Amino acid sequence: MSQVKAIESSNDFVIKFANVNGSGSASANELFARAIMRMGVPVAPRNIFPSNIQGMPTWYEMRVSAAGWLGRRGGCDLMVAMNPQTWDRDIAEIEPGGYLFYDSTKSLPRSRFREDITVLGIPLTEMCNREYTDARQRQLFKNIMYVGALTALLGIDFAVVEKLIADQYRGKDKLIGANVNALKLGFDHATANLPCPIGLRVERSDGVGDQIFINGNDACGLGAVYGGATVAAWYPITPSTSVIEAFSSYCRKYRTDPDNGMARYAIVQAEDELASIGMVIGAAWNGSRAFTATSGPGISLMQEFFGLAYFAEVPAVIFDVQRGGPSTGMPTRTQQSDLISCAYASHGDTKHVMLFPEDPYECFTLGAQAFDIADRLQSPVFVLLDLDIGMNDRLCRPFDWDDSRRYDRGKVMTAGMLDSGKNFGRYLDVDGDGIPWRTIPGTHPTKGAFFSRGTTRNAYAKYSEAGTDYIYNMERLRHKLETAKKLVPSPMLTPAAQPSRFGVIYYGSTSPAMAEALALLEGKGIHVDAMRVRGFPFADEVIQFIEAHDEVFVVEQNESGQLRMLLLTEGEIDPKKLIRVLHYDGTPITARFISGKIADALSVRKVTPIRKQVAS
Amino acid sequence: MTYLVKPKLLRADAPRNALGYTRRDYEGAISTLCAGCGHDSISAAVVQACFDLDIEPHRVAKLSGIGCSSKTPDYFLGNSHGFNTTHGRMPSVLTGAALANRDLIYMGVSGDGDSASIGIGQFAHAMRRGVNMTYIVENNGVYGLTKGQFSATADKGSKSKRGVVNSDTPIDLVALALQLGASYVGRSFSGDKEQLIPLIKGALRHRGPAFIDVISPCVTFNNHAGSTKSYDYVREHNEAVNRLDFILPRDKIEASYPAGSLRRIVQHDGSILHLRKLEADYDPSDRVGAMNYLQERQALGEIVTGLLYVDSGAVDLHRHLNTVEKPLNQLGDAYLCPGSKALDALNAALR
Repeated sequence: MSQVKAIESSNDFVIKFANVNGSGSASANELFARAIMRMGVPVAPRNIFPSNIQGMPTWYEMRVSAAGWLGRRGGCDLMVAMNPQTWDRDIAEIEPGGYLFYDSTKSLPRSRFREDITVLGIPLTEMCNREYTDARQRQLFKNIMYVGALTALLGIDFAVVEKLIADQYRGKDKLIGANVNALKLGFDHATANLPCPIGLRVERSDGVGDQIFINGNDACGLGAVYGGATVAAWYPITPSTSVIEAFSSYCRKYRTDPDNGMARYAIVQAEDELASIGMVIGAAWNGSRAFTATSGPGISLMQEFFGLAYFAEVPAVIFDVQRGGPSTGMPTRTQQSDLISCAYASHGDTKHVMLFPEDPYECFTLGAQAFDIADRLQSPVFVLLDLDIGMNDRLCRPFDWDDSRRYDRGKVMTAGMLDSGKNFGRYLDVDGDGIPWRTIPGTHPTKGAFFSRGTTRNAYAKYSEAGTDYIYNMERLRHKLETAKKLVPSPMLTPAAQPSRFGVIYYGSTSPAMAEALALLEGKGIHVDAMRVRGFPFADEVIQFIEAHDEVFVVEQNESGQLRMLLLTEGEIDPKKLIRVLHYDGTPITARFISGKIADALSVRKVTPIRKQVAS
Repeated sequence: MTYLVKPKLLRADAPRNALGYTRRDYEGAISTLCAGCGHDSISAAVVQACFDLDIEPHRVAKLSGIGCSSKTPDYFLGNSHGFNTTHGRMPSVLTGAALANRDLIYMGVSGDGDSASIGIGQFAHAMRRGVNMTYIVENNGVYGLTKGQFSATADKGSKSKRGVVNSDTPIDLVALALQLGASYVGRSFSGDKEQLIPLIKGALRHRGPAFIDVISPCVTFNNHAGSTKSYDYVREHNEAVNRLDFILPRDKIEASYPAGSLRRIVQHDGSILHLRKLEADYDPSDRVGAMNYLQERQALGEIVTGLLYVDSGAVDLHRHLNTVEKPLNQLGDAYLCPGSKALDALNAALR
């Protein structure tokens, strides 16, 4: 520690916990993240975990950022090394001048440490063995004990953590006492034996405000409840499973009939993804709002049904929590690599609606909105989030709902309308928007029944292979997808502080890293207009944005630049105009990465930075 | 061809059911199947069953997969909504539809290729879930639309029209349905409407997964000597365990039966299944017994038909899920959306 100065930072650093999965560390780590938030300091935690149940290494990376940057930063200022298996690489990852916290029960040779970091050891195992006899207790309370020690080391108010435990175990006094006891043992030991607080400190702030802390999958499940979904059919797959678990638990809470305890919803765990989407289509054909949640391999399996829903014009909502592909790929790593397989899913000429939420708040709002769009268009709607948003708790705006809002059930012809003599042609474009009217089975004894099918038909749903009927239908479908451009959420524009010839387009979980990257670039005098795409087919503004700039960076988390491909195809853009910025190693994209790539590209283009005049 | 308009000439004295409908009101488009196809007889049996039961046509949803059999829902119940889905996937679409509206009657129509090959998984899981439906397989042992390949129900040793002998073990969907939890299981023959119509009626009024395997000869590709699904072969080997009379609660029972020859089963809705025993020891409420009996007779080369199993106390998927009585597709916004107040409380808990 002689040659490098220890890092000094208040409310702006990265802590990484190296744990063994299945050891109960996740809840302790989350408790610690919440404690920092209760101090009013924004935190962005991320689970980095293997596709495994027990015994493999797992990490919990926690970015503390006074400025509220919630993207992954990269690097590690304080390593909480609780896993001997990964010790060497964990030690190597610490920034020069950083800190190492470890269990010092077993002494380690000096060669296993580094000279340029501060080492903070506590004999956690020894303390636990002294305090507890039960093996499981020894394990679980060891986690709480290190939380206690870290509380002291970072100067966090002990009472805040104590209160958090009391809130968490409200009504279970025994658990509160035991946890607080373990917390205090760790806190006191660190206070007595270590230089508390260290250079990294958490100081009370007001950076959290009224934000909530939730993960995207839970928010999707809640969005489906608020969006009026009554049928969910699914097949377990990482990282989407918890969407349904959340839907199920919110339904139990909000959709249980108070009079008789019966369910105003139906959830079926199907035998596979094919059956899941089949059930969704059957339910939606029959007038229920229905959805499934899946990930890349499920999207591949559902392809045939997507084509049926598109062509027979049946609504469906699909939450696709993207993970690393292709094939089984990286099941527990994040990517945005399903855009192409969703956009044109199934054989023949198809095109599908996609929504790209940036965070849990949008998982909720766009998740709910997806059901309106699907009903309005009578077509599948894909909500594409990814593991980074889906499985990590994230600070975001609190959810809101306008009670005057009514579900848009789309063009559903009722018995009364049929009786009044309205001309019903299931595939007839009577309104000029490409969207036909439908009837729900059971509507009328003698009018409005039709035979849905994946085969071609005429405007009155009668089987037909006549070229004119086929073309009428295909052109109407194309027209319908044009209509969709106005229904998907509009893109969000962030103009640069100075006029710029350069733009950047991004979407989904890239959002927090992008916001920070723009600030970093601006700090260097590099100005780039930014547009966040929220839906597909692209709204006209997206294409206009590209046309208004000389060159546009397209930042995404896949290897082939899938959004860029869609922009080129759908916008008929000159490929030279769109510059790829691609991050696809399975970790969430960082601001450092984005700003570095953009700055490098612009320096090649000899763009002179414009630094803001500082007012004197 | 279905795009031809069917003449709607109606005799003034055509019989009407309790709803005032004639049989014509239960018909659909003109069949495009080959003349003499067994499937058309099954469609006619469905029409008759629905007419007799006074079912409002629009209260039926008919779903199918892909294949000759799956085209047939277009040829009956023209005032019902139908859904010709994808190959082998009808059971999942039907399950979803049944979840959305528990009040309609669901009829799944499939074939041996659709259900025993590509769709065997979905067939199996719809049965074990207890979906309330009438699932009819129009079983001819061949792929008709693609010109006569063996299907998975073709018997070992059966000869194709081109003279190829099938070497694969057949799948018996009845045996599977029994094992998987179907609560009403029957087998019949498209050439025996006296047996088939009451079986369909009983199935339509059954609560739970009702499965009927109907041997339905393919006149074009599988009606030759050497086939075990030809009209002649099935007539010769058909061994009915019972004859079913389906009786609505309102009907007066007039027929009298010799003592000990009748089994009377009351379904959940009060409808009565009168089973005239043809096989004295056969007990249609004994699932394991039925499975054993089928295996024994099959080994002797017999085709066992009749109502093979019924559990009149069966419960369905909606009961398992404890869904509300009102169909889910009719719940209004207020029943579905928890509103802003609940959201505020939730936000507070997430801080």
